Amino acid sequence: MNRLQDVGDGSVALAMAGGRLSVRLSRRGLLASGLMLAASLVFVLLSLTSGDYAITPGDVVRVLAGGGDDMLRLVVLEWRLPRACLAVVLGMALGISGAIFQSLTRNPLGSPDIMGFSVGSYTGVLIVMLVFSGGYAETSVGALVGGIGTAAAIYLLTWRRGVDGFRLVVVGIGVAAMLSAANVWLIRKADLQVAISAAQWAAGSLNGLGREQLAATSFCLLLLLPAVFVLSRPMRQLELGQAVAVASGVLPERTRLFLALVGVALVAVVTATAGPIAFVALAAPQLARRLSRSAGALLLPSALMGGLLLVMADWAAQHALGFQLPVGIMTFNIGGLYFLWLLASDGRK
Amino acid sequence: MNSVPPSSAPAGRRRLPGTGFVLVSGCAALLVLCLLSLAVGVRSVPLPVVVDALTAYDGRLPDHIAVLDYRLPRTLLGLLCGAAFALAGALIQATTRNPLADPGLLGVNAGAAFAVTLAVGLFGFQLISLQLWFAFAGAVAAALLVYAIGMASRDGATPIRLLLAGVATTAVLHGFGSAIALFNPLAFDSMRLWMLGALAGRDMATVSAAAPFIAAGLLIALSIAPALNALALGDSLARGLGTRVVRTRLLAGLAITLLAGAGTAAVGPIGFIGLMTPHAARWLLGPDQRRILPGSLVFGPCLLLAADVAGRLLLQPGELEAGVVTAFLGAPLLIALVRRQKASAL
Repeated sequence: MNRLQDVGDGSVALAMAGGRLSVRLSRRGLLASGLMLAASLVFVLLSLTSGDYAITPGDVVRVLAGGGDDMLRLVVLEWRLPRACLAVVLGMALGISGAIFQSLTRNPLGSPDIMGFSVGSYTGVLIVMLVFSGGYAETSVGALVGGIGTAAAIYLLTWRRGVDGFRLVVVGIGVAAMLSAANVWLIRKADLQVAISAAQWAAGSLNGLGREQLAATSFCLLLLLPAVFVLSRPMRQLELGQAVAVASGVLPERTRLFLALVGVALVAVVTATAGPIAFVALAAPQLARRLSRSAGALLLPSALMGGLLLVMADWAAQHALGFQLPVGIMTFNIGGLYFLWLLASDGRK
Repeated sequence: MNSVPPSSAPAGRRRLPGTGFVLVSGCAALLVLCLLSLAVGVRSVPLPVVVDALTAYDGRLPDHIAVLDYRLPRTLLGLLCGAAFALAGALIQATTRNPLADPGLLGVNAGAAFAVTLAVGLFGFQLISLQLWFAFAGAVAAALLVYAIGMASRDGATPIRLLLAGVATTAVLHGFGSAIALFNPLAFDSMRLWMLGALAGRDMATVSAAAPFIAAGLLIALSIAPALNALALGDSLARGLGTRVVRTRLLAGLAITLLAGAGTAAVGPIGFIGLMTPHAARWLLGPDQRRILPGSLVFGPCLLLAADVAGRLLLQPGELEAGVVTAFLGAPLLIALVRRQKASAL
């Protein structure tokens, strides 16, 4: 039984499973989450209506309710809906992963990238493309092997009677710098056409993805969700400092290891599906934090913000400019511009 | 009985070698590296011939041409840009009080890369000499933008605002840049060459274009070294000691922009020199900026020239670009450094 409970001080607790799991949100956070959810829905609907084959909102609602002719059903249900849902799901995974890493490193610039995942997966993909001339499936495997291998290497190099957040960041920078130098060199040595298609993969794109990828990706992410739930409480304890966490019964090293594992796994799923989609994991927790005016990196608002950012970016990448861009380029621009604007408007206050 | 002399350093503090000794041996190493850089390569030139080429140039001898036309600009660029990157790194680490700050964080690399993409992609300029000026303008514009956004607050450009503004600007420029490059194979091709920072393939014109800006940056940097020491104590304490904090930060920003902008424009994005050198200098010379800055000035070129010479030897008969070598040289050093016991005092 889930129940919402007003616990005073302007916040609301959502208790589940007989009170063993509970989420506490401020009223402001709840309002912000509602807004992000609504905005995501608007952009999903917008994605369903826009395209070469224009469809009115009324028709979309009719198709979703089970009506409409075959052509409408094909375009909305088979082509556009899976992609829009995929954008939301992948964005949510990135948002959660970013929140985990910002909490883990206690650094607003912490993101899954400190585990070198996107750089390492790019190295894997480049090798697959240059040496084995692989297709979508091989590329995904290359991305996973490269990314996970890099993350593991960074974790092991950081380990020294425990993993310290600061050391993790520095080792991450070092390994990522080596790999990106190798990537630039590989790109330089490659045939121009191969290099361009590798760069297209590296931009991150949802082009050509549909129902199959949505099913596979959602399945993987659902498997990870319980782990996220279980880890959310020790994560908050760790944010209060190692001593407080230990005093309240949290095992810091094990918690950090599991947090890093889950964070990397989330990014791995996204990267294997769509390539490294930049900036969402970095920006989503920050934007969510500002919207809900809370101190730490909150998982739920971060997830919602990630989903909103990516569906917005994917819509803009497809329809805003008159030509299709890889969505990763759009996330760079939307995330970056919004970040700049927030910084600037924050300063005027 | 022998007892511990009372003047010995407190436990946990290392005895530093003398400043003069470190700087002199650094200069000696630099001299050796310069000679190696002139002599070593696909075409090995004996040292006496190198000296001949420098003093009595004969344009008919292939050895003289190799030394004077190819390796001299390369060596000078190594000296200039190594010093520029190292000093820019030391300055940004001192002003942001962040040991991991790198000039790239100010958006300098992204600005230069974006400008080069624009130059090739939209205007069709493919000459390296034109790209140089585009890259410089782009680097300066990006750094100014980051500072403008960073300072658009009541408290001025606080370190964290600067870093965030740098990340955001880098992201936007990278986004627009890759959009152009992905649709324009020509721009993409120039980009992938430019991204691979290298000392090779530049002529004396590049050297003389970059030198004045780097020299100006060096002078500004050295002149504010004492004020940077005060800044390390925190803004309010520095103000209390009579340091003009805003002026120091502005001058430091100007110097960083000149140094990193001109360096990146001349040789492309070569990382790690700016990050690593100040750490090496601090480790050998202690925390005083009046020693760290001159130290960086000597060690930066050492690192860059060593990387360049090593790159020529590693892949014979080909070459590995200096930007790749610095990453593979610098990153393991950085990791080893942070794995040491007192890593948090880095």
